[in-house]
Amino acid sequence: MNKKLSLKNAGTFLVFGGPSIFAFAAVVIIPFIVGLYLTFTNWDVRTGDSSLIGFTNYLEVFRDKVFLQQLWFTLKYVFFTVVIANVFAFFIALALTRGGRGEQWLRTGFFTPNLVGGIVLGYLWQTLFSQVLPYLGAKYGWELFQTSWLTNTGTAFWALIIATAWQLVGYLMIIYIAGFTGVPNDVLEAASIDGAGRTSVIRRIILPLTVPAIVICIFISLSRSFLTYDINLALTKGGPFNSTELATYHIVQKAFLSNQYGVGQAEAVVLFAVVAIIALTQSYLLKKLEVES
Amino acid sequence: MNANRRILPGLRTGFLYLLLFAFLTPFLLIIMNSFKTTQQFFESPLSLPTTINFKNYASAFDNMDFMQGFMNSLIITGISVTIIIIFSAMTGYLFVRYKWKVNSIFFFLMLASMALPFQVLMIPMVMLYGNMGLLNTKLTLLFMYLGFGVPFGVFTFHGFIKGIPYELEESAFIEGSTTLRTFFSIVLPLLKPVFVTLLVLDVLWIWNDYLLPSLVMLSPDQKTLPLSTYTFFSSYSVDYAPLMAGLIMTIIPVLIIYLFLQKQIIKGITEGALK
Repeated sequence: MNKKLSLKNAGTFLVFGGPSIFAFAAVVIIPFIVGLYLTFTNWDVRTGDSSLIGFTNYLEVFRDKVFLQQLWFTLKYVFFTVVIANVFAFFIALALTRGGRGEQWLRTGFFTPNLVGGIVLGYLWQTLFSQVLPYLGAKYGWELFQTSWLTNTGTAFWALIIATAWQLVGYLMIIYIAGFTGVPNDVLEAASIDGAGRTSVIRRIILPLTVPAIVICIFISLSRSFLTYDINLALTKGGPFNSTELATYHIVQKAFLSNQYGVGQAEAVVLFAVVAIIALTQSYLLKKLEVES
Repeated sequence: MNANRRILPGLRTGFLYLLLFAFLTPFLLIIMNSFKTTQQFFESPLSLPTTINFKNYASAFDNMDFMQGFMNSLIITGISVTIIIIFSAMTGYLFVRYKWKVNSIFFFLMLASMALPFQVLMIPMVMLYGNMGLLNTKLTLLFMYLGFGVPFGVFTFHGFIKGIPYELEESAFIEGSTTLRTFFSIVLPLLKPVFVTLLVLDVLWIWNDYLLPSLVMLSPDQKTLPLSTYTFFSSYSVDYAPLMAGLIMTIIPVLIIYLFLQKQIIKGITEGALK
């Protein structure tokens, strides 16, 4: 079917492509272009005034100590979330691909936190961190839990990581399981006949053969945690004293509460660039380790 | 050796169930305490409830306007998932079977856009649609979900339709069937496995989404369930017992779907991620 697009079959194009292409253009392409333009203007929401101001907004982004601090906070949060979630997911998946009884149920169980949206998840953990853990701390005298984790910047940071990783683990586990099922059984058998121990099987066979799954999992966890918004909103609301504002939270505040649309959009573009650079670098580096089975 | 073989897997499974139990404790604690009074919860959050009463559920149901949020979420999720699936299937078919230049340009743009995070689009989007006075209606939100959902939908259908032999459709065309009719009576029924994948991923995404509706649906009667949960929590903040009941009620609808579709859901996630 290599007919040229002509008046006669323009109808086919409109009927089959019309609605989705129109919605896609109106929601993705046009806002993307307008968004880039916006970063070069000083558009004011109240007066409606707007003029081109060059790179001023971007300079503002890099001069804004608060945003840079929060970007650094976000980077640390992403790093620990990605590492913790992936390590746990990897080993749980490994334990759940041996064909034992009840594996289906266990997988189903570990996946359940993913049914819950960020808002509900955030409030669930907020209840635990602000009420249940301090109760344990008081009852058993555990100093770590005496005060709510959410009232101190350092512990609130870990609270955010725990809540996010708790959800991610089940999701990544599913992908790791799919990756492990792709490891040929005869390779594993040959290794065990040759007397390879469990650790060396994991290190020398399973890890190299599941690089594609690892790349995907790190990619997914990177982009999901970089863009966390609702868990942050429900769990800490950026507090105490704005010290736990992740980048997205900061951007929403900047744009919609302080009406600095141009700067907010410039921050969003910077954040996107950071995510893209890190995600691409990691897949490039990991892909180099990939081997053929 | 033999005894080892029998005991070890049992131990391993036992350990895994224990781990799962610990993993799911947050849920268990919330469920347990949603049946107590707030006073009882403060005094002993770890004890089992002595009575099962649904007072907290009734109070949460009224105070968070559960029915309204639920209906809004149901309508928005139901309609947007349906239109995303139908329109992306049609567009995927168009892109596979007609090699026009426009088609490859749009297909490329859609693929590229999947790397774009929502955060880059939200500010200009709210600005543009706000200027046109289009915020605060379900129609706008549905349209936006269609626009955001189409790239992944088209991509997924594209990959699947490529594998369907063209001969099936050719014979229909020879007998004089129109493209539209051929698509709906021959191609669409073959796409069922992809439907399930997309259905699962899009339902989980749209049902639980907070950021987009929070920017678009500003008036109280337009709130989706995550928005009602947010309002309820931020205005009720000390009375924990009804709050926990509210959380459980928000989770239940998805949990029911999950219990029926768990195999497909897990398959959907795997396929969605590996594509």
